[in-house]
Amino acid sequence: MESKAEVEAIDVRYVAHLARMELTDEEAALYQAQLRHVLDYIDQLRELDVEGVEPTAHPSPVFNVFRPDTPGPTQPLEATEANAPRTRAGLFIVPRIVE
Amino acid sequence: MKYRAAIGLETHVQLATRTKIFCACPAAFGAPPNTQVCPVCLGYPGAMPALNEEAVRLTVLAGLLLGCRINPVSRFDRKSYFYPDMPKNYQVSQYDQPLCIGGGVEIEVEGRRRTVRLTRIHLEEDVAKNTHFAGGSGVDFNRAGTPLMEIVSEPDLESPAEAMAYLQALRQILVYGGITAGNLEEGNLRCDVNCSLRPEGRPELGVKTELKNLNTIKGVFQALTAEIRRQAQVLDAGGTIRQETRRWDDASGSTQAMRSKEYAHDYRYFPEPDLLPVALAPETVEAWRQSLPELPAARRARFEREHGLPAYDAGVLVAEKAVADFFEAVVGAGAPPKAASNWVMTDLLRRLAEREMDLGACRLEPAALAALIALVERGALNMPSAREVFAELFDQGGEPEAIVQRRGLAQVSDADAIGALADRAVRENPASVEAYRAGKAAALQHLIGQVMRLSRGKADPRLAREAIRARIEDVAETDDA
Repeated sequence: MESKAEVEAIDVRYVAHLARMELTDEEAALYQAQLRHVLDYIDQLRELDVEGVEPTAHPSPVFNVFRPDTPGPTQPLEATEANAPRTRAGLFIVPRIVE
Repeated sequence: MKYRAAIGLETHVQLATRTKIFCACPAAFGAPPNTQVCPVCLGYPGAMPALNEEAVRLTVLAGLLLGCRINPVSRFDRKSYFYPDMPKNYQVSQYDQPLCIGGGVEIEVEGRRRTVRLTRIHLEEDVAKNTHFAGGSGVDFNRAGTPLMEIVSEPDLESPAEAMAYLQALRQILVYGGITAGNLEEGNLRCDVNCSLRPEGRPELGVKTELKNLNTIKGVFQALTAEIRRQAQVLDAGGTIRQETRRWDDASGSTQAMRSKEYAHDYRYFPEPDLLPVALAPETVEAWRQSLPELPAARRARFEREHGLPAYDAGVLVAEKAVADFFEAVVGAGAPPKAASNWVMTDLLRRLAEREMDLGACRLEPAALAALIALVERGALNMPSAREVFAELFDQGGEPEAIVQRRGLAQVSDADAIGALADRAVRENPASVEAYRAGKAAALQHLIGQVMRLSRGKADPRLAREAIRARIEDVAETDDA
């Protein structure tokens, strides 16, 4: 069982970058503290002995929910374009993607 | 220094389903942009995915064909990243519990047969297609949500030629199994390749680079050839290889490092809560196994046994499933197997190759080819005329008899009519007759050619030959008397 001290800290700046969020220094400090609380909570769970307990893949023990391979209706182009800031010839236009 | 390459391939294969993996939108290629979409494949918030059973079945069939173990329980995960091709900001894929594990693909290069080991096969959704303009990029979601199977190989391949052989073998098996249409032009098979070099004799692998943007088998070959040369030059100069992603540039024939995206590989996989796990009962997998089609090697053996074809013919015919199916349909329509094989192997395949066409795009029907062969066998059509009819059938389709009628190609098998033409040929070519009588065998051919010319190609060549011989041998007898 790992002790609290061994639990890694969350790098708030790194996580913010992955989520494409810009944080002020104050926000970074605030979230750092909040995420610390979340980790503390997880730590409590780590104190439990789960030896021999199967990890839960899904909360409900249901498998194989399938859909038959039959085509259904699609959305009209006007409805699709209505959600786009810019379109051209049916395409969504986004800022040019440099690889 | 001498190096040994270690190449691994991740091959994305589009499955031959009618609909997308998580919604009922058609998965067909070529529709106008954003017309085969719905809230699920557009990634609208709150839209719920529903797994297409056929996508699971086809992936498991691929696993069975390639000797994989089928995972008793498999599940889906979210792979997180930001890019305009995926507005949910995650791609639904499989991480640690894919559908298929292990397996292998047999290849043969320069007489050396071996098995390339597979790591796994997992199922995932395809993303949208981007096109780039001067002022921006355009996104088409028709392709988003198309079921893709990713086949990951171990780094067992040692040369560009082996990588090419691997892809060809893989494609042949998957097309035979009906798993994919295997159409390269429509992007049904796309590859990411990783490649490293190590000095000959050293066991541990060197630093690898990843090559992207490879949509053709030839592209994989060229990119690997260029990348292996580049890495060898760097190593020979005492440099080190950086682990990076490189893009193959067709125009310059070289690979270039892509702008390194910071944290690009932190995908933060986690279980997809909107999809339930897949647990396949052994009986289900067994029932699917029973539905597996005949594979190329078995079919080749059957063609030799059942149709009495030479090994060479059988090998050529089974290389493409569509060609083998076509051949069997021609035989099924009553054509003698060897004649059917000759027409398919020479006239049909040559013309397809000349036009760089797929069999599916050609108008010729198997029954029409069988009817054409019957006309030739009956002596109603000679070979040059039959080829003319074949050319029209290939381009426009139709019925051979009708074409023969319309073009007036029916073979002249009337002995009197041919006799009259032979008389004229002999009369007008005394020099050839003399030459033949003087022992020059080739002169006979010239005289037969005259009969064919006078009949405008329609005379039965066998009768023409008999008629000429009868006449010049008669003349000879008269002279002797």
